[in-house]
Amino acid sequence: MRNILIVLLLLVICNVSANTVVVGKNSSIKTLRQGIAVAKDGDTVLLTKGTYKEGNIIINKSIHLIGVYAPVLDGDHKNEILTLTGKNIVIKGIHFTNAGYSSLNDFAAIKVIDATRIIIENNTINNASFAIHISNATYTTVRNNIISGTHKSEHLSGNGIHLWKCENAMIEGNSVRGHRDGIYFEFVTTSTIQNNTSELNIRYGLHFMFSHNDIYLYNTFRNNGAGVAVMYSKSVRMENNVFDKNWGASAYGILLKDISNSHIRNNKFIKNTVAIHMEGSSRIEVSSNFFQGNGWALKVQASCDDNTFHHNNFNGNSFDVATNGTMTLNRFYNNYWDKYDGYDMNKDGMGDVPYHPVSMYAMVVEQNPTTLMLMRSFMVSLLDKAEKAIPGLTPENLVDNKPMLKPNKL
Amino acid sequence: MIRIENLTKRFKKLQALGDINALFNKGQVISLIGPNGSGKTTLIKSILGMVKPDSGCIYVDTKPINGDPSYRSQIGYMPQIGHYPDNMKVGHLFNMMKNIRKVSDAALDTDLLVKFNLVSIFDKPMRTLSGGTRQKVSAALAFYFNPDILILDEPTAGLDPLSSEILKEKIIEEKKKNKLILITSHILSDLDELTTHVMYLQEGKMIFLKDIGTLRQETGQDRLGKAIARIMRDGKKDALWIDEVLAVKETGITD
Amino acid sequence: MLKLSRYVLYDIIRNKVIIAYSLFLFIVSFSLFQLEENDSKAILSLLNIVLIVVPLISMIFTTIHYYNSYEFIELMLAQPLSRSGILLSEYTGVALSLLSAFFFGVGVPVLLFAFDETGLALLFAGGALTLVFTSIAFLASVKARDKARGIGSALLLWFYFALIYDGLVLLILFSFSEYPMEKFTLLLSALNPIDLGRIFIMLKMDVSALMGYTGALYKDFFGSGTGIIFTVGIMLLWIVLPLWWALNAFKRKDL
Repeated sequence: MRNILIVLLLLVICNVSANTVVVGKNSSIKTLRQGIAVAKDGDTVLLTKGTYKEGNIIINKSIHLIGVYAPVLDGDHKNEILTLTGKNIVIKGIHFTNAGYSSLNDFAAIKVIDATRIIIENNTINNASFAIHISNATYTTVRNNIISGTHKSEHLSGNGIHLWKCENAMIEGNSVRGHRDGIYFEFVTTSTIQNNTSELNIRYGLHFMFSHNDIYLYNTFRNNGAGVAVMYSKSVRMENNVFDKNWGASAYGILLKDISNSHIRNNKFIKNTVAIHMEGSSRIEVSSNFFQGNGWALKVQASCDDNTFHHNNFNGNSFDVATNGTMTLNRFYNNYWDKYDGYDMNKDGMGDVPYHPVSMYAMVVEQNPTTLMLMRSFMVSLLDKAEKAIPGLTPENLVDNKPMLKPNKL
Repeated sequence: MIRIENLTKRFKKLQALGDINALFNKGQVISLIGPNGSGKTTLIKSILGMVKPDSGCIYVDTKPINGDPSYRSQIGYMPQIGHYPDNMKVGHLFNMMKNIRKVSDAALDTDLLVKFNLVSIFDKPMRTLSGGTRQKVSAALAFYFNPDILILDEPTAGLDPLSSEILKEKIIEEKKKNKLILITSHILSDLDELTTHVMYLQEGKMIFLKDIGTLRQETGQDRLGKAIARIMRDGKKDALWIDEVLAVKETGITD
Repeated sequence: MLKLSRYVLYDIIRNKVIIAYSLFLFIVSFSLFQLEENDSKAILSLLNIVLIVVPLISMIFTTIHYYNSYEFIELMLAQPLSRSGILLSEYTGVALSLLSAFFFGVGVPVLLFAFDETGLALLFAGGALTLVFTSIAFLASVKARDKARGIGSALLLWFYFALIYDGLVLLILFSFSEYPMEKFTLLLSALNPIDLGRIFIMLKMDVSALMGYTGALYKDFFGSGTGIIFTVGIMLLWIVLPLWWALNAFKRKDL
């Protein structure tokens, strides 16, 4: 049955203009190196089932390398497995394992350099320091790969999907775990990250720097050592993502540093130490997000201005909002706060009493973190109650003037 | 049987007991007499070990009492006002005491239990009892274990005349069994027929300890109340209190 | 001694206050688990009950019980029983009844709805705090001269441990904010059983991530075997030392 299928597949491919080179035990071409060597631009190289240990293989022609029944490319812990350069290369259906590690070079299971229109899909990569390393490439697609790293320490491990200086990349449907950073973007513009799952990485689920005009949607970032960091970028859209259980002494749902003109919309932040930490950021619209069970839902440093927070739901967070200054230039409106206890006389669904989301204790903790040892003590709740009655220390203009009485529909 | 040596106790400014020396023996009924605050109860409590003396020592059966509490198994004590756990039933109380004292049923003295008819209220909780009934319970408890020494603090106060008589008869009976009995009472007429010795205390000092025969002889008075009054008059001490005693005594007679 | 505890226990169990207390705890915990959408939120609310209500009720109940059974203690003192035996059996009786009220009222709902490490930590802390504050209340009662002073000092002590102490800690942390205080706060937490219990439970809830460096230090410490031994040891000290002090005072006390 299997053989018939392969033959049929071969026939179909042969009928298309390009040639097909079959590599495998049963073929005349036994090694991938030979297969690549004989293939010409536009050809397809079919790698059949088996384990291939051939050191580093370089592909610089426009070929499709397709694995049949998950052939294994084993780097033997010494080598970079595939190096791609050029254009229109497809790598599909191959299991990469045991890529080498070098402290001098960023060895990867698949490395793409100076390339355009590369597609890497449906591969499985394990035991690599860097799994997919792409630099200086345009129109790259990385889709539906399953990547799991070695869980080694931060400096021995590389990133799952690493992009440097790219444009128009599409990272989609991948699952990354056990690397240093799950997905790494540096100088990557007009690109999209969607439907990926990045979890259990040592540092960040997504590490994102100097990358403008990007979008990330419907991703799940779970249980990463430090959550997600988005830094030094403009015009980023972050929508419908889930930030879950990024729980640790310095873990964030999202760490925003020097971000401007961006949107954070419809995301779910569940049980993160700090759901959103913001510094040096301006003109960000944070709306319709759901914050549940986080240590801090929002930490907005005094260096942030002109941000708006509206129609978010805050539920069961230890601290809703914390800030380190007394002046804030950000706007809050129409959020739902579970700690709000005001009333609504005119029945418009909005409370008539403004809500101050920064508690007294949040201010105390911001100044002196050791005082967290008093968390949930009777004294702290009295302190908060007293401050509510006679505000004195909490920033007066950090206020939601129209808090919602019922949770916003998200 | 009980020997008291140089017993002294001070409560802040109040000299409760000042250098008391005494010897009580088997077969004696000692009446402790004195005005309020003269130290009677303090003396009793010292013997029971409830009050710790500042100096001096008490021997029961030649053994000093500090430390080992086992000497108290020879003592039956009836307090002035008996308070008991509210929810405990009378039957339970007797059971508990039996448990604590570890005395076999055969050795128990149930005389007063029967005479006061306490068995009929065995299933009543203590809090429902009247003051008089509590006194009966206290009295029955004090005699229950057939102790060699009985200490009775105002035993007849609060008892109806009939019960009071029963108790007095019981005391006389125990006296015949050669026991040592210590009684305090304001109603001197009650003591008349019981007492063999009188110990008179005032402001924590023992004024005298004499047997009743000597006392009657010295004063030429037959009744205890009058005898004491005579002594006090002669000593010209605290004449006011004597009038008080006589007044009480007279009401005792009219009773 | 255990015999006596049995009677004390029996007396208290029939007392309506202890039944009301266990029902109150049961209803509150049960409805918290029903009302809150998730169990960990209910545990958080229960935390406040355990840290505030349990010590308060333990203190007040113990003090009132002590004064109510004063005469009973007196009665027992007239029996061949040692003073420490009497006080210890009182303690055992009171502590056991308060513990059973707590384990019925809070334990049963927790075991039903949140039988995990946090739930067990909560039960451990609640049980330990019950014993600690019963102990402290005995000390306050034995030391105080009358009921009003006894209850007053019990309330003051509760107020100190529940509130004032944390205020002082806050003051200290701010006055010395330039110094590394993390290790010092460990010591501070040991000086207040309520704080120790709170931190112990919070770390089981994994709040340590919020606490940054302090949290990491606490997690390392309290999560290790040493930390558990430390917590149990300090709690034991908080139970034993006040009780020991109370026993010593009780032995010298005049009743």
